[in-house]
Amino acid sequence: MKLVIINGRVIDPSQNLDGNCTVFVENGVIRDVAKAKRSTNGYEIIDAKGAIVSPGFIDVHTHLREPGFEYREDIASGSKAAVAGGFTTIFCMANTNPVNDNASVTQMIVKKAEEVGLLNIFPVGAVSKGLKGVELAEIGEMVKSGCVAISDDGKPVMSGRLMRHALEYAKTFKIPVVVHEEDLSLAEGGCMNEGRISTELGLKGSPAAAEETMIQRDILLSKLVGHHVHFQHVTTATGIDMIRQAKKQGIPVTCEVTPHHLVLNDEACRGYNTNAKVNPPLRTTKDCQALIKALNDGTVDCLATDHAPHAHDEKNVGMDEANAGLLGMETALPVLLKLVHNKQVSLKRLIYLLTVGPAKIFKLKTGSLKKGWPADMTIFDPNLSNTIDAEKFYSKSRNTPFHGWKLKGKVLHTICGGKVVYA
Amino acid sequence: MSLSVRHLLSVKDLTKKDVDLILKTAENLQEISKRPVKKVPALRGKTIPLCFFEPSTRTRASFEIAAKRLSADPIQISSFGNSLSKGESLLDTVKNLEAMDPDVLVIRHPHSGMPHLMAKEVSCPVINAGDGINEHPTQALLDLMTILQVKKKIQGLHVAIIGDILNSRVARSNIILLTKMGAKVHVAGPASMIPAGVEQYGVQVVNDIREVIPKADVIMMLRIQRERESASLFPSLREYARFFGLNKNNMKEAKKDVVIMHPGPVNRGVEIAPEVADGPHSIILDQVTNGVAVRMALLYLMCGEGERKIKY
Ligand SMILES: [Zn+2]
Repeated sequence: MKLVIINGRVIDPSQNLDGNCTVFVENGVIRDVAKAKRSTNGYEIIDAKGAIVSPGFIDVHTHLREPGFEYREDIASGSKAAVAGGFTTIFCMANTNPVNDNASVTQMIVKKAEEVGLLNIFPVGAVSKGLKGVELAEIGEMVKSGCVAISDDGKPVMSGRLMRHALEYAKTFKIPVVVHEEDLSLAEGGCMNEGRISTELGLKGSPAAAEETMIQRDILLSKLVGHHVHFQHVTTATGIDMIRQAKKQGIPVTCEVTPHHLVLNDEACRGYNTNAKVNPPLRTTKDCQALIKALNDGTVDCLATDHAPHAHDEKNVGMDEANAGLLGMETALPVLLKLVHNKQVSLKRLIYLLTVGPAKIFKLKTGSLKKGWPADMTIFDPNLSNTIDAEKFYSKSRNTPFHGWKLKGKVLHTICGGKVVYA
Repeated sequence: MSLSVRHLLSVKDLTKKDVDLILKTAENLQEISKRPVKKVPALRGKTIPLCFFEPSTRTRASFEIAAKRLSADPIQISSFGNSLSKGESLLDTVKNLEAMDPDVLVIRHPHSGMPHLMAKEVSCPVINAGDGINEHPTQALLDLMTILQVKKKIQGLHVAIIGDILNSRVARSNIILLTKMGAKVHVAGPASMIPAGVEQYGVQVVNDIREVIPKADVIMMLRIQRERESASLFPSLREYARFFGLNKNNMKEAKKDVVIMHPGPVNRGVEIAPEVADGPHSIILDQVTNGVAVRMALLYLMCGEGERKIKY
């Protein structure tokens, strides 16, 4: 099978490439990225005039809800949502039912993902059995079955001792420990960021310090064990600065931020808007600004959506009772391009954070248009007007605070392994 | 004259005019409670569900008496008995309530914002009778009425609110309403009980209650919620009483004409010593009496006046 993408502006940060190029694909891999005119005879042609051609996007933090919560999402619907958002590789978190804490669950996910066959899905296994934070899960078995990292996502590893052992154990299998940072005793009962707005709304807040104390603890443990900790969805100015300082000292830490923590703050909770209830909570304008700064100075290693589908009934309740989380994959690109249009980040840097950035952290062979690499590509128009309409989502759920937002930018084609998986 | 708002969800939404109207109406209606036959036909035939999804004897009784004195039919509802682990779905509850054809809904809920969410779904006015740790607007109005009866004004008064500000809906509503009406509000209590960013309301925050007692024209003590998470906010009741309770000793520093308030029920010997609660400065029982009057006024203004809007 031969495919060629013509007339596009190719941006590939892994090769420092930005220009009008023709991309040739053969047998699922990149054959060539050529500046000069060359014959396209015998190739199926995609005309990318006016659009950007980039390596396929990678989302290292999603919840596909299968097994156990298929009424919210399953591997098939989540795959469709992912490719519609321009993603060709996603990681799914372990908080399913049963929990992905052993090889059989990992194998089931890998098998289903292959059956659906739209994109690369890598499971993230649990750190502890049942996400209970007491005993280590069967990490080695899961890695052998296809897990690329371990995380008790959503449930912080509260025991410092267990976290230390997890790091030591993961070091043996050369996978990072991925952490959702939140001191539960400080965060307990909080349904939004603690501050001015929570007081105004009369809602219990979770303080920034709940996240920051745990970030600091795990920086120290990373240093102690000498192994890689990846911080998920960092949200606070102080937290991101701690990571910046740790990196300067050579401690092996990396981190991600989400689109929503960059463009929304706790004001979004007004009106008791449960679609703005996420974990960690939306913080303040000051925090958003600090995160944007960190996107640019290299502190942030990648972006991730924390795509978390919830059924209508789980959101159509009060703030205290509502499940935390929002849909991320189908809105990520237009929401992030807002930062580009506002000149807060360059298009090239944004693409870096969606492609080569995450690939580096988890040592994936994707995120680049180098010759011989898998032909995973996203073609998008950064200027096309786009009103977010949750009713049209491929996801089974509808929980987004972005419904009705008028944004610019739309995915036109998603290509995975040389196959057009979304158009 | 009518209110500028359809629902009473938050004291933030009330204009000064609304407040004046409510208090004036309350004063007029108060006379009814002093008659031998305490009943007028003003709201005859009106159905008023009192939806208390959180137990409360006082507020509930106060609303029931208020409704009955105006000849309305209050209906006590505590739940529609759905067994889902998350409690009843909002929509199910609303549908059940709508089916009763209510004229005004009174809602008390353990979670902040629930009356606001329900007001969006129902076709009749909603009164917030206390939601989570958010607000208790009728309490603030009755407190205002009680202060006015004694002090004759609000403008320029120094009001000290002492205790668990963090978990108190009474405190939040009072802070907002009193500031709006021109009082200078001071809040005091251990730092573990002061919510983040409370300064935004223009209140003064101190931790040592002895700093605020001498300045205050009105001292409002808050109930320590032993049953809530407040338990971890202070080490022991004994210690709390010693540092943050109002007693004979620190009352010596207070102004001669200070008045002492408390939303009840009082933990005697904890936030307030018995001799102070029952002493000459206490106007705690006036608050209870005025509670009925204020709630009569609200029911009257919200379901007596104007046409009922019908949703098609
Ligand atoms: Zn998480």
